[in-house]
Amino acid sequence: MLAFLLTLMLLLGIVIVLAYAERKVAAFMQDRMGPTEAGPYGSLQSVLDVLKLLQKEDIVPAAADKKLFKLAPILIFAAVFAGFAVIPFTPDLIPAGIGIGVFYLLAIISLDVVGLLMAGWGSNNKYAMLGAMRSVAQIVSYEIPAGLAILSVVMICQSLDFQEISYQQGVLLNRFPGLEFEKNWLFGIEALGINTTNIGGITTWNIFRAPLLLVAFVIYFIASLAESNRAPFDIPEAESELVAGFHVEYSGFRFAILFLAEYSMMVLVSLVAVILFLGSWNTPLPNLTTLKLANWTTGTVGELSGILWGGFWLLSKTFVLLFLQLQIRWTYPRLRVDQLMYLCWKVLTPVALVIVLLAGIWRLLMV
Amino acid sequence: MKKSSVTHKTGFWEVVKSLLSGLRLTWRHFRNADKRRAPVPVMDENYFKQPEGLVTLTYPYEAIPVPENGRYRLHNEIDDCIVCDLCAKICPVNCITIESVKATEEIGMTSDGTKKRLYAPVFDIDMAKCCYCGLCTTVCPTDCLTMTPVYDFAEVDIKNMIYHFTDLTPEQAEEKKQLLAKQQEEMAAAKAAALAARKQQ
Ligand code: SF4
Ligand code: SF4
Repeated sequence: MLAFLLTLMLLLGIVIVLAYAERKVAAFMQDRMGPTEAGPYGSLQSVLDVLKLLQKEDIVPAAADKKLFKLAPILIFAAVFAGFAVIPFTPDLIPAGIGIGVFYLLAIISLDVVGLLMAGWGSNNKYAMLGAMRSVAQIVSYEIPAGLAILSVVMICQSLDFQEISYQQGVLLNRFPGLEFEKNWLFGIEALGINTTNIGGITTWNIFRAPLLLVAFVIYFIASLAESNRAPFDIPEAESELVAGFHVEYSGFRFAILFLAEYSMMVLVSLVAVILFLGSWNTPLPNLTTLKLANWTTGTVGELSGILWGGFWLLSKTFVLLFLQLQIRWTYPRLRVDQLMYLCWKVLTPVALVIVLLAGIWRLLMV
Repeated sequence: MKKSSVTHKTGFWEVVKSLLSGLRLTWRHFRNADKRRAPVPVMDENYFKQPEGLVTLTYPYEAIPVPENGRYRLHNEIDDCIVCDLCAKICPVNCITIESVKATEEIGMTSDGTKKRLYAPVFDIDMAKCCYCGLCTTVCPTDCLTMTPVYDFAEVDIKNMIYHFTDLTPEQAEEKKQLLAKQQEEMAAAKAAALAARKQQ
């Protein structure tokens, strides 16, 4: 229960910061000022937006399928929020440390699709229906390259546990029960003879342990943009043609929930990208002979310093990825539906399949 | 000769290059967001030369100065107005309403030395109808009707768009009217008396 509340609070905080950042970043990239009125530099803008939404009337269209319409936002948010249960925030802080976290995450996020379809169908509105159909087609398609990219990480790490994958990517490797005698080698190849177990930092991040995961990371990042309906893959929302896609009929509190779910999805996919590819809560600074940068910036596991450093690195890496998502939204134009499907089925999926194969071979070199 | 700018670039690396150049562009604008537009008026030679930085202003707090010869809200300096009605006549949309009352004696001088002989109990300009052609300001013989640099004067109630420039209260106007009527009566009486006197001769 405590973990539930803490995670919810943390998520709300991040989403509010993100919504504000989105508006400011968009404004700056377009040489505008963005919000300036509410609070210093408009920083209270998104808080006020939420308060405004909560005061609004909750309109249910007369011709809508009321049960589906009312239930959909809750289902969508629940599906995304449930994904946070297996995210390790620090070396010893994880809402639910289950051994098959990766599998669980992929499964529970797919539930999102059902909610989207319920919202689109229940609204009894052609824009909502079109938006929902596009959204579902897109998310289901892009789950394949994303899943394959994640699979290659799982093959390299030989684990479905987010916490174990996290431990593998830093100086704390041998502290994880069951990994006491594991060793990290530069690029994962023992034959090179450079032991990075105690060097840590960026050299033990998954994209360095097996450099081909860099390609997997790019594939995952592209697919995750599509999964969270972000530009340039925002055809389900397509403000200019579909008004707003599946949530066009929603207002007030239910719209706020949908909005929250959308931004939570962005945060979640970024968190997963950081954990699987960019060293999770591990510091990027390596230990150099006498400068024990990695040890200094890791803290002690189980103490406050460990929690603070872990949370700091995880969140700062996540925010870098989130910024990249925002920047991409304000840089690239939207893809056409056929281009979207082309990219997914003819480019990303085959490349991801090859990566999975190569990851298997790489793993053989690592042991 | 093939122009490189119009050739269609294909291939993986070209695509990656163009994607990166897009990101570079937005990143450059993001980085320059600490620079601001200077509030220089359009007359300034640097007005169109802003290489980088934010271009918008926080309007009610900051504004770009307007040129002096621009056409914005009208103002009538009623002390200088001789109520000649020229402006009302030339106005293409009839938005100036003037009523005049002759004064019984000379009221005073305008600042350029013209004698004032008329009161204006009504001098209304309907800014909602005004098309800012500026004709009224050019015909005004005493230059009392002018354009001000004020352009932000929207109103919730459209009645407030009618500007009243008269300096007489309704009571004063009534008083002046009665004075005039009395004087005219006296003059008519005097005239009748003179006429009667002439007839008797
Ligand atoms: S500016 Fe033109 S339209 Fe406006 S009051 Fe003067 S003459 Fe009439
Ligand atoms: S033209 Fe000028 S002087 Fe004549 S009535 Fe109009 S404002 Fe007054």
